[in-house]
Amino acid sequence: MNSLAGKVRYWWRELSGEAVYDRYVAHTRACDPDAEVLSRWEFERKRMDEREADPREGFRCC
Amino acid sequence: MPESAPAEARSTRRITPKSAVVWTLVALVGAAGWTMLALARDEEISAAWMLAAALGSYAIAYRFYAKFIANRVLKVDKTRATPAERLNNGVDFHPTDRRVLFGHHFAAIAGAGPLVGPVLAAQMGYLPGTIWIVAGVIFAGAVQDMVTLFFSTRRNGRSLGQMARDEIGPFGGAAALVAVFVIMIILLAVLALVIVNALAHSPWGVFSIAMTIPIALFMGFYLRILRPGRVTEVSVIGVALLLLAIVSGSWVADSSLAETFTLEPGTLVIWMVVYGFLASVLPVWMLLAPRDYLSTFMKVGTIVLLALGVVIALPSLKMPAVTEFATSGTGPVFAGSLFPFVFITIACGALSGFHALVSSGTTPKMIQKETQVRLVGYGSMLTESFVAIMAVIAACIIEPGLYFAVNSPAGFLGTTVESASQAVNGLGFSISAEELTAAAKAVEEPSLLSKTGGAPTFALGMSEIFSAVIGGAGLKAFWYHFAIMFEALFILTTVDAGTRVGRFMLQDTLGNVYKPLRDVSWKPGVWITSALVVGGWGYFLWVGVHDPLGGINQLFPLFGIANQLLAAVALAVCTTLLVKSGRLKWAWVTAIPLLWDAAVTLTASWQKVFSDDPKVGFFAQRSVYQDGIEAGKVLPPAKSMDDMNTVVTNSTVDGVLSILFAVLILVVLADAARVCLKAIRNPGTAELTEAPYVESKVVAPAGLWPTKEEKAELAAVGASSGGDRSGDSDDDGVAAGSGAH
Repeated sequence: MNSLAGKVRYWWRELSGEAVYDRYVAHTRACDPDAEVLSRWEFERKRMDEREADPREGFRCC
Repeated sequence: MPESAPAEARSTRRITPKSAVVWTLVALVGAAGWTMLALARDEEISAAWMLAAALGSYAIAYRFYAKFIANRVLKVDKTRATPAERLNNGVDFHPTDRRVLFGHHFAAIAGAGPLVGPVLAAQMGYLPGTIWIVAGVIFAGAVQDMVTLFFSTRRNGRSLGQMARDEIGPFGGAAALVAVFVIMIILLAVLALVIVNALAHSPWGVFSIAMTIPIALFMGFYLRILRPGRVTEVSVIGVALLLLAIVSGSWVADSSLAETFTLEPGTLVIWMVVYGFLASVLPVWMLLAPRDYLSTFMKVGTIVLLALGVVIALPSLKMPAVTEFATSGTGPVFAGSLFPFVFITIACGALSGFHALVSSGTTPKMIQKETQVRLVGYGSMLTESFVAIMAVIAACIIEPGLYFAVNSPAGFLGTTVESASQAVNGLGFSISAEELTAAAKAVEEPSLLSKTGGAPTFALGMSEIFSAVIGGAGLKAFWYHFAIMFEALFILTTVDAGTRVGRFMLQDTLGNVYKPLRDVSWKPGVWITSALVVGGWGYFLWVGVHDPLGGINQLFPLFGIANQLLAAVALAVCTTLLVKSGRLKWAWVTAIPLLWDAAVTLTASWQKVFSDDPKVGFFAQRSVYQDGIEAGKVLPPAKSMDDMNTVVTNSTVDGVLSILFAVLILVVLADAARVCLKAIRNPGTAELTEAPYVESKVVAPAGLWPTKEEKAELAAVGASSGGDRSGDSDDDGVAAGSGAH
């Protein structure tokens, strides 16, 4: 995966935020292999709900 | 207790002959740029010199001054674990690659601001704005961002408001809170005004922007129901649809539908307010989140394109270096002379208080190493400053006569190209009525007169640059509307997100009086507070559109003062923290920009309140028109008694706001000074709320490229051998040992 395409893909996924879910899964599994992991569907809903609850997260400047 | 950090090993600071040669060359390039900018008189010079001056100065500032602040003043400690490492939960707190975080932080701080202020300030020529953008970012703006980021990182990502409360006191904290709220209202009104002015009587623009709503809704449902989290694919579809919307705007403008999409400014205000309210009460996933993706991609993409375009086309600057308005203060775009108004008008790009809200909060929770605050905090702000420089270029490469015809209020220009041409000639710049008509025709707009607010001017400059690179004159209209769309897109996103933040603050405060209001899921509470916030900025927007004196030149100074007021809060917090943490010797690093900022803001407020010149002072303006009303006279540019009354009301409101801002800034300064003096008198007693030291297990470079020593450290923990990080570059940070959780 060290090819150019792989690097582009890695950077794109990191910058666009698409890798967030994979990171969450990797992190949760690494801490406790038996931990329950949210499905992508649940995970994205939870993030939206959090943003709904506190709009200051992720606020961008003018 | 003072913050302790081992001093950076100074043994590594040696100057090799190679670096001496390189940095001398960089300095020479910068100096050559400044010399050409400053000495050029009565001749057009290439924008290349402006790029040389700015980039040379940025490089030197980043290499020397930012490094000095990081190592000597802040004493960033690479052995100290950041909140991202200590509290890593894989989502909000996560040690993020410094280059990725740079991208995220830059995307969060850069918006429409750096594209608007510099365009307006260009009425004084290109030189004053450019000097302030470059010097301001180096000594004030980037310093503020980096120092705030550092202190917030030491406090687990506390927000600016919380830090003001914790470190200064309840008074300073409350003033900061009020400041943020009022600024939010003014900011949203001014940004919305920019869009209304750009879209008024423009069926092409209105249609394209309106189409972004169904596009965003489609993306929202796609991400929610069809393919959760697949940002890339939905954004590719979204951007394609967006481009289609721009192209089809031209067809709509040529069809029988044109009339439907030709809207008066007043109508647009109503649509804007309705949109702002609905967008902010709809669930985040429906509109806000997808719009956020769209506007971020468009923003970063366009900025990169623009940088390439400027470098390839290297247009020449037609605006004089300094116009007479710099000293006379009688410019039609905004009133007042160079000091303090250039420093008020250009906030974003030089010194922007709003950034302190981003630098405290999200980014500190993601930063991998304290040593990276220089790249992420200082570096991102330098990049935004560069965006502002490109806005100066865009405004200064179009004919100055056209610039003034686009940016002067209707009350000054009249409504026909003939009267506008005459008025502009009266300013000492020439443009004929035919040229004005031709310029509008080239971008397929009915008229370009009094399209104030900066966005249309920027779009004209950008279409000039882009069409010189691709497509020639035939694509001018497309690029113009592309630029308008790109600004409108993220301004509308800010309107939505800003209304939510304002509502959240309002709910929090009113919740003290009536508890259920604090519950963010209680719908009536959400609706009422949303309506209040929308009503607040909607009022100023309405006023801005209907003010006979012109909305931008009345409201923009207020917005600038407000933004610089927030910068004063941030710099006061930084200075207080430097003093309290035993860095008194270095407190000047933020204290000097603070004093400068206070001088600018207070002088501007003073002039806005007490100036005898009715063009500058709100109360002088008020009394002129009040006297007119009492004498039964209608004074131009007012056309009726109603207009006269509007002016009186507006100047009263604006004047009162100016007083409020000045009082807030004085409260914060006094409270900060009290805390600093106490800390100086009794050294060692100051209480700091920073998180305790935990040793870091992460090894990661500080700058963009790892140094030789950093490469050796990375190799020692086996970074370069790790091929498991799917295509990750070999100098990425890794956790030594068992990994950090």
